[in-house]
Amino acid sequence: MNVEPSVRVEDKLYYNRYLVDIGQPHVKVRAHTTPSAELLALLKVCPARCYELNDNGQVEVTVDGCIECGTCRVIAEPTGDIQWSHPRGGYGVLFKFG
Amino acid sequence: MIEERFDAIVVGAGMAGNAAALTMAKCGLQVLQLERGEYPGSKNVQGAILYADMMERLIPDFREEAPLERHLVEQRFWLLDDRSHVGMHYRSDDFNEERPNRYTIIRAPFDKWFSSKVREAGATVLCETTVTELVRDDRERVVGVRTDRGGGEIHADVVVLAEGVNGLLGTRAGLRARPTPDNVALAVKEMHFLPRETIEARFNLKGDEGVVIEAAGTISRGMTGMGFVYANKECISVGIGCLVADFQRTGQTPYGMLDHFKQHPSVAPLIAGSEIKEYAAHLIPEGGYKAIPQLYGDGWVVVGDAAQLNNAIHREGSNLAMTSGRIAAEAIAEMKSRREPMTAKNLSLYRKMLADSFVIKDLKKYKDLPMLMHTHSQNFFLTYPQLISKAMQNFVRVDGTPKLEKEKATLKSFVKARSWRGLIGDASRFARAWR
Ligand SMILES: Cc1cc2nc3c(=O)[nH]c(=O)nc-3n(C[C@H](O)[C@H](O)[C@H](O)COP(=O)(O)OP(=O)(O)OC[C@H]3O[C@@H](n4cnc5c(N)ncnc54)[C@H](O)[C@@H]3O)c2cc1C
Ligand code: SF4
Repeated sequence: MNVEPSVRVEDKLYYNRYLVDIGQPHVKVRAHTTPSAELLALLKVCPARCYELNDNGQVEVTVDGCIECGTCRVIAEPTGDIQWSHPRGGYGVLFKFG
Repeated sequence: MIEERFDAIVVGAGMAGNAAALTMAKCGLQVLQLERGEYPGSKNVQGAILYADMMERLIPDFREEAPLERHLVEQRFWLLDDRSHVGMHYRSDDFNEERPNRYTIIRAPFDKWFSSKVREAGATVLCETTVTELVRDDRERVVGVRTDRGGGEIHADVVVLAEGVNGLLGTRAGLRARPTPDNVALAVKEMHFLPRETIEARFNLKGDEGVVIEAAGTISRGMTGMGFVYANKECISVGIGCLVADFQRTGQTPYGMLDHFKQHPSVAPLIAGSEIKEYAAHLIPEGGYKAIPQLYGDGWVVVGDAAQLNNAIHREGSNLAMTSGRIAAEAIAEMKSRREPMTAKNLSLYRKMLADSFVIKDLKKYKDLPMLMHTHSQNFFLTYPQLISKAMQNFVRVDGTPKLEKEKATLKSFVKARSWRGLIGDASRFARAWR
C-alpha cells in the first residue's frame, strides 16, 4: 500500500542556499566499529540525508547539506554518538523563505 | 568585541527574541540582541500563520508595513485515507474585516522586517554571531555570554534565552533539559511557486484572501503527525511533521512522507505544475504543559520555543513566542524601573504574568493530549481516518444497497476495528484530555 516513493534528497537540497564552513563541520560522529541503534536511525530520519554508511559499515556524516533542524542532536547526543553545535555565525543554511 | 555592559542580552532574533528586544528597547533599556543567521529569519522555518492580535500588541500598525501574504477567510480540516479526504471547511466573509485576524506570512522576509523595528526602537542587533556559552559568576548567576566572534565576555544584568526549540545554551548550562524524541516533532516543508491567478483559482480566492488546510490521517502512516497546505500570494507552503520518536521507531523518512503527502489525490492538484524553490526542516515543541521547563533563574529567563511554549493542537507557536517574549521583557523592565536586581525571586514575576495569560492557560487545558495522541497514534492517525472515510463513502455512494444495511455495515466496521470497549474508551479518553 504505502510504497516509499523514490525521493532524491540531493535534488531538494539543490534548491537551498548554503555557506559551507569548509573544514569546520558542526556535527561530528564519534569513532565506532559497530554503529548504535541511535546512529542507524539517523540514516533514515535526517531530512537532508547527511548520514551514510561507509564501506566498513560505520555511520559517517557530511554536513554540507545540513538544514540545522537538530533532529540528530535530539536522538544521538544523549548517547554520546554525535557532537552537535551550531555552525559559526553566518555559515550554514540560509533560508530565503523559511 | 563590545566593551559596554548592557541591561539585557537577547539570544536569538526569532519571534520571541524580537518581541522581547523590542519591548525592552521601547522601555528605554540598553539591549544587545545576538543572532547566528546572516540576517534575522535566515535560520527560521514556519508554516506560517501569523496571529494579528499578538502582533498588534507589539506593533499596533504592523498591517501597513509588514510583509504579509494573505488574510485568512477559510480554514479546512482534512481527515485523509490513501485516496480520499473527509473535510470540514469553515469559510466566513466576516474574516474580510478591516483588521483581519490571521494572515499567512513567509518567515525570512517577515523576521527581517520585525528586526528592523527592533533596531528602530534602539536595540543593538548583531547578526552572524553565534552565542557559544553563558557566562556565570561564582554563585552560578548568569552574568553574560561568550560568542564565536572572539573578544571575550559580554556582560548584562539579564540574558533572555530566545534561542528556539533546539536551544543549546540553556540545555548545556543545565538550566533545562534537552528536548527528547517524544516531545518534539520534525517538520519538513517545501515552497511551491505558481502564478497568483492560479493559486486564487485553485483555492477559490479573490484578491488577498487566503486559505489554510490542516490534514491528518494515513499520510502520517500511524505516527503522530499532521500535514499542512497554506496559500501565500505567489506560492504555497506544503509540509508535514511527525514526532521524532515515531520517525525513530518506524524508520520512515521525512522526505518520503512529504512526497507521499504531495502525491495525495486531494493535494496534488493544488500544487500541480509548481516550481519548488526551497526545502526546509525544523523541530516543533510538542510536549505541551508538562514539558515546560523552569522559566527563570538568577540572571536569566527563557521564552518561546526554547521553553516549549507551543500549542501543537491549535498549531500556534509564534504567538506564544511573541507573548512570552513581551511578558518577560515587561517583567524585566519592571525590575529595572524599581532598580531591583535580576534575581530568580524577582524574575518569577515573568512566570506569574505568563500564568495569567492565554499562554499557560491554553497549554494547561491540553496537558494530557500530547501523551494520548502519542500512545494511541495508530488509532487516531490510521484506523479512524480509514474507518471514517469508508463510512463517508458508504454514505454517499449509491449502489442499490438499502440504507439500513449500509449503516449496519459501517457500524460493524468500527466495532470490528476497535471493539465497543475500545470505541467508548477512545471517545472518553479524548474528551477528558480535550476538556
Ligand atoms: C513547519 C512549522 C510550521 C509552523 N507553523 C506555525 C504557524 O502556522 N503559526 C504559528 O504561530 N507557529 C507555527 N510554528 C511554530 C513557530 O514557528 C515557533 O513557535 C516560533 O518560531 C518560535 O519562535 P522563537 O523565537 O521561540 O524561536 P525561533 O523562531 O526558532 O527563533 C530562534 C532564533 O534564535 C537563533 N539562535 C539560536 N541559537 C542561537 C545562538 N546560540 N546564538 C545566536 N542565535 C541563536 C536562531 O537562529 C533563531 O533566529 C511552526 C513551526 C514549524 C517548524
Ligand atoms: S541537524 Fe538535521 S539536517 Fe542536520 S544533520 Fe542533523 S538531522 Fe540532518
